[in-house]
Amino acid sequence: MQIIYNGEPREVAEEMTIAELLAELDRPARQVAVELNRELISRDQHVHVRLRPGDEVEVVTLAGGG
Amino acid sequence: MSLVGPAQVELEDPLRLGPHVLRSRLIVGSGRYDNYRVMAESLAASGAHCVTVAVRRERQYDEQGENIFDYLDLDRYILLPNTAGCYNAEDAVRSAKLGRHILDALGNPGADWIKLEVLGDPKTLLPDPVGTLEATRRLVAEGFQVLCYTSDDPVVARRLKEAGAVSVMPAGSPIGSGQGLLNPNNLRICLEYLKDDDPDYPVIIDAGVGAASDVAIAMELGADGVLLNTAIAKARDPVNMARAMMHALHAGRLSYLSGRIPKRLYATASSPEVGVIARTCPPR
Repeated sequence: MQIIYNGEPREVAEEMTIAELLAELDRPARQVAVELNRELISRDQHVHVRLRPGDEVEVVTLAGGG
Repeated sequence: MSLVGPAQVELEDPLRLGPHVLRSRLIVGSGRYDNYRVMAESLAASGAHCVTVAVRRERQYDEQGENIFDYLDLDRYILLPNTAGCYNAEDAVRSAKLGRHILDALGNPGADWIKLEVLGDPKTLLPDPVGTLEATRRLVAEGFQVLCYTSDDPVVARRLKEAGAVSVMPAGSPIGSGQGLLNPNNLRICLEYLKDDDPDYPVIIDAGVGAASDVAIAMELGADGVLLNTAIAKARDPVNMARAMMHALHAGRLSYLSGRIPKRLYATASSPEVGVIARTCPPR
C-alpha cells in the first residue's frame, strides 16, 4: 500500500505499524518523533498504531539550527 | 617583587530563564556549519551552556555522512529546539511538540522549552507578530516555556510578555544578515517596557549579530543575553570567532554592570589641571 512519508509517496507493507516503519528506516526511535496525519504519536503507541493507505506520516529528528 | 597578572574574566553570573539556570549568557545555534566537527569545536569554544537546534524531517547528514547526534554532547548542553521555518501558529505548535518529544526521549532538560519563531516571509525572515502572539498563547497553554523571537517593536514585545513568554527575544537585525543592532533605541525601549517593575525578566537579543562588537553593544544596552548562530558558523575561523563572542559578552556585561560614564559634548581632562608648567593657553 502507499503512504505519504515525509511528503513523498512510499510503498509499505499492509497494516505496517509505526514501530515497523522506523525499523525499516533504520533510525533509533529515541532520535525521532512521529506524526500521523498531523497528530503526534507518542513513543509507547508506535507498536500499536497501524498505517492505512494514504496516511500522511512525518518522521522528524534534530538538525543544526539557530 | 612579582607582577600581578591580568585579571581573569570569569563571571559567576548565571542567566535564569524560566526553570533553567545557564552558566553562560551566550546562547549559540548549531546551524550552517561546514561540518559537525567544526560545529562541536565552536560550541565548546563559545562557552555556551545552551545550544539551539531545529526540528526537521529525518535523514539529516553532513557532507561527511555524519549525524548531529554524533557531535552534540547531550550531557554538556541544554538543547533549545526552535520552530524555525514555520509561517503560522499551527505549524509552530506542531514543531514544538515534535521537538519536545525527541528531547524527552533523549533525557535532555531542554524538553520543556521552545524557541518560538513564526516567520512572515522567507526573504526577510522577519517575525509575523500576529502568528507569534497566537502561537505563544497556545504553547503556554500546552505547558511550554516559550522564548519568543520577535522584532524590536516594544509594543509587540510587551504583548508577548503578557501572553506568558518566559523571555522575549528582540532581533538586532534580520536573521543571518550580520547587520548588528540596527535600532538600539527601540531595543532600549523594549528593555524598559519588559523590565519595568520586573527587573529580573530576561531579555535576549536574538539574531543579526555580525561581529563580536555587536554582542558587547547588546550587553551594554542591558540585555540579559545574546543568541547567535551565523556570525560564528560562517566566520572564516568559526572556533576563534566563538571565542571572540564569549569575550565580547563578558566585556559588555561587565561594562553594563560597572556603569558607563555619561556622554558629554566637550572634553574633560584626565590629567590634573593645576601645576601645569605652561603659563598660557588659547582662549576657548
